[in-house]
Amino acid sequence: MDRRKLLKGMASTAALPAISRFPSPALAQGGDARTLRFVPQTNLANFDPIWGTQYVVRNAAALVWDTLYGVDENLAPQRQMVESETVSEDGLTWTFTLRPGLKFHDGEPVLAKDAAASMARWSARDPMGIMLKGIQEELVAIDDRSFKWVLKRPFPKMLFALAKNNAPCSFVMPERIAKTDPFKQITEYIGSGPMRFMKDEWVPGARAVFAKNTDYVPRNEPASWLAGGKRILVDRIEWIVMPDPATASAALQNGEVDWWENPISDLVPLLRKNASIKVDIADPLGNIGSFRMNHLFPPFNNVKARRAILMALSQEDYMRSLVGSDDKLWRPIPGYFTPGTPLYNEEGGEILKGKRDLDGAKRLLAEAGYKGEPITCIVAQDQPITKAQGDVTADLLKQLGMNVDFIATDWGTTGTRRAMKNPPGQGGWSMFHTWHAGADCINPAAYTAIRCNGDNAWFGWPNSPEVESDITAWFDAKSLDEEKAAMRKLNKDALDFVVYAPTGFFLTYQAWRKNVDGVVKGPLPFAWNVSKTA
Amino acid sequence: MGFYVLRRILSTIPVMAVVALFVFSLLYIAPGDPAAIIAGDQATPADIERIRQSLGLERPFLVQFGDWAWRILHGDLGTSIFTNLPVTNLIAQRIEPTLSLMLVTLILSIGVAVPLGVAAAWKAGSLVDRLVMAFAVFGFSVPVFVIAYLLAYVFALELDWLPVQGYTPIGRGFWPWLQNLILPAIALGAVYVALIARMTRATMLEVLQQDYIKTARAKGIGQSGILFVHALKNAAVPIVTVIGLGIAALIGGAVVTESVFVIPGLGRLTVDSILRRDYPVIQGLVLLFSFAYVLVNLLIDLLYTLLDPRIRY
Repeated sequence: MDRRKLLKGMASTAALPAISRFPSPALAQGGDARTLRFVPQTNLANFDPIWGTQYVVRNAAALVWDTLYGVDENLAPQRQMVESETVSEDGLTWTFTLRPGLKFHDGEPVLAKDAAASMARWSARDPMGIMLKGIQEELVAIDDRSFKWVLKRPFPKMLFALAKNNAPCSFVMPERIAKTDPFKQITEYIGSGPMRFMKDEWVPGARAVFAKNTDYVPRNEPASWLAGGKRILVDRIEWIVMPDPATASAALQNGEVDWWENPISDLVPLLRKNASIKVDIADPLGNIGSFRMNHLFPPFNNVKARRAILMALSQEDYMRSLVGSDDKLWRPIPGYFTPGTPLYNEEGGEILKGKRDLDGAKRLLAEAGYKGEPITCIVAQDQPITKAQGDVTADLLKQLGMNVDFIATDWGTTGTRRAMKNPPGQGGWSMFHTWHAGADCINPAAYTAIRCNGDNAWFGWPNSPEVESDITAWFDAKSLDEEKAAMRKLNKDALDFVVYAPTGFFLTYQAWRKNVDGVVKGPLPFAWNVSKTA
Repeated sequence: MGFYVLRRILSTIPVMAVVALFVFSLLYIAPGDPAAIIAGDQATPADIERIRQSLGLERPFLVQFGDWAWRILHGDLGTSIFTNLPVTNLIAQRIEPTLSLMLVTLILSIGVAVPLGVAAAWKAGSLVDRLVMAFAVFGFSVPVFVIAYLLAYVFALELDWLPVQGYTPIGRGFWPWLQNLILPAIALGAVYVALIARMTRATMLEVLQQDYIKTARAKGIGQSGILFVHALKNAAVPIVTVIGLGIAALIGGAVVTESVFVIPGLGRLTVDSILRRDYPVIQGLVLLFSFAYVLVNLLIDLLYTLLDPRIRY
C-alpha cells in the first residue's frame, strides 16, 4: 500500500463520523476573494521560458510575458501584441506592426527592437525558431512599432510558429534582457503580460506569486486560450507547490487552495464527492504515451523487430495502467498525432488495431535475428506515467520471449542515459518510456519526437529520409488540404518505420472549488478571466 | 573548558573538509545530468552539451572541486544551477521553517516522552508501563507519512481545527506560526517520543535500583522528589545523548514531514535538489547539515558537564 492509497482509503471510509460532530473553529479556512491559490503541476524551479523549456515554466511565463500571436481554441494563430502583419508576394519578407500603448512592467514602452531581440533569442532554442533562423536573412526593427523578418525561402507556418503554445513560446521581453545568451538564464523578470512576477516572494520549490499588472491593456476580443483579451479578475495568484497529491487533495477539500492543475485520477472520485469542488478535463489535447526504441543497436535497429513490438502491444493495457477504469480518460490511437485535431488521421494504423498478434510478433522477431540479447529497458520510477508504462512493457517483452534487463531509475538519470549512444550493455539503452503533450503532436511543427534525421533526431536517433520528406511537405503545404495529404503520408510512413511505439492517448483532470469561475480546458491553465468569490 | 570548546570547534574544520570532498566526489560520479534536465524533454544532444558548457560541468573534476572549494573558503556556497539564486539565499529562505519544525518537535517530544518514560519506570510491569511501551512500539513502527495522513484527516479534514498544509513565519504571530506546526511536529515527533521514552524508562529503572535512591526513600523523600530530583537528574546523561543523536533522525524525518505538510523547509529543498541534480545546492545543504550535526554533538557534550558535575573537559 502506498501513501496515496492509504489516504484515499481513509478518506472514503468515513471512519470517524462521531468526531466530525465536534464544533469546528474553522482555523484552516483562509484566503480572500482577490487572491487565487493555485497548485501547479510541479515546482517552478527557474523562470526563464527560453532557457528552461519545462511546461511549468511556460505556464508561469504565460502570465508574465505576452506573445506576438497566440493560438486560440481552434488551434488557429491570432494576433496578440501584433496589430497587423504583411508578407511580400514572394513570401520572403514579413513585416510586423505592434499594437500601440504596449508597456513592459517597468513602465517602458514595448518597441519593435524589443520584439526583434526577443524573437532572435527564441529562435535559437525553439525547433520552429531554429528552422526560421536557418533560412533567416535579416531580423531587424524598422521603427518603434514595426520590425521585419526577411527569409531566404518562404516559411508558410510563420504565424503558427509565433503563436504556438509549445515551449518555448515567443515571449516578448525588453531588448536588454532578450540579448542574454539563450543558453544562460535571465536574471530580470520584466514582463509584457497581464501579471507581474513577484521575485521577492518567490521561494523556488514552494511558492511563486504573481500580481495583477494594472497597466496591461487586453485585446478587445474574447479570450480564447493564448489569444484574445487576457483580463485578470483577481489581484494576486499564488502558486503553492505541493509535491504530495494527497495533501493537495486535502488542501482543496479544506478550502486552503482554490485550483489544482493536475489531480491524479485515483483521487478524482474523492474530489467528485465534495459538493464544493468541480472536476473536469484539464487539457483536451491530452497526452500521447510512448516508448522509444534505440534505432542504432540490435534488435531494434531492424524495422522488423520494431514492428513486432507494435503488433504485440495493447494500448488498452498501457492506458489502464495509467488511468485505471475511467474510460473517459483514454482512447487508442493508431498513429502519432493528437486525436480531435484537424490533421489527425489513422493512415497506416492497422498494425495497432484489432487483436494483438503475439505469435506473429514472435515470428517477426525471429526474422529480425533476435537471439535473446538483453533488452535494456530504462524506466523512471519517480514519474507515475513512465513507471506504469515500464511495467506493462516489461511484461509485454517477456510474453514475446525477450530477455529484459529492467533498469529502475529516476527521471534525472533517464535524462542522462538516454543521450548515451553506447551499445545497451555498455551504458547505453534499448528502450525508454516517456510521453508527449498532445499540444506538441497536433502537427510536426514542434514535434521533435517524430523527426527521423538520424544523429540530429531525438533520442533513439531514427533515420528515415522518407519521413523527413513528409515533414518538409507539411511545412511547405499552402492549404489545409495539402497539409492533410502530407500528414496522412507522414503518419503511414512513420508507422511503417516505427519511429517510436505510441502507447495510447490519455487525458488528465483539473479540479477547482466552486467559488472559482472561468476555468477553461486548455493546454495550460489559463488564469485570465478566472474570478473568485469569497 | 574554553580551550576544549575551541579545540572542538577547530576540529570541525577537517571534518567539514572531508565531508566536502566526499560529497563532491559522490555527486561527480553519480548518474544524472542537470543539463539534460534543464534542456527539457525536447532538447537535442547538442543543446544539452551547450548547457553543460555554460554551467561549467564539462571541466575536469579537480578544476570544478578547486573552484568550488575556493569559493567556500570565501563564504560563497555558489549559485543554484536551476534557480540562478545564491545557495545562501535559498538556505536562508528555508531555514526558519525547518528550525521551527525541529524546535516544536523537540519541545513536544521531550515534554511528552520524559514523563512517559518516568511513569513507565515508576510503574514498571504495570498497565501504565505496558501502555507506554506499546505506544513506543507504535511510534517506532508506524511510518511518519501514515501518522501524518491520519492527523491531517482527523484534525484538518474532519474537525477543521488545524490547516492541512503550509507554514506561517513567526513574524506574523505566534498562533498562526504554531497552528501550522502542531500536526507536523506530532507526526515527526512520534518516533522521537518512542525513542526518548524507552531510553528514559530503561535508564530510570537502572537508577531506581541504586542505593542512594533507597537512602532517599528511607529519609522520607516523596515519590515525585525521588523520581524527578534524585533519579531523573542522574539518568539524564544517556537521555540527553539519545536526544542529541535523534536530531540527525529529525533531519531525515523532516524531509517526509515537510513534503506531506507542504512546509517550505530544508528537507524539501534537499529532495528537490537531489532529484534535479542541483549540485551547488546539494553540496551547500550537506555542509550545513554536517556542521549542524557537529555543533549539536558539541552542545550535548557541554550539557553533560551541567548534568553531571563529575564530567570535566
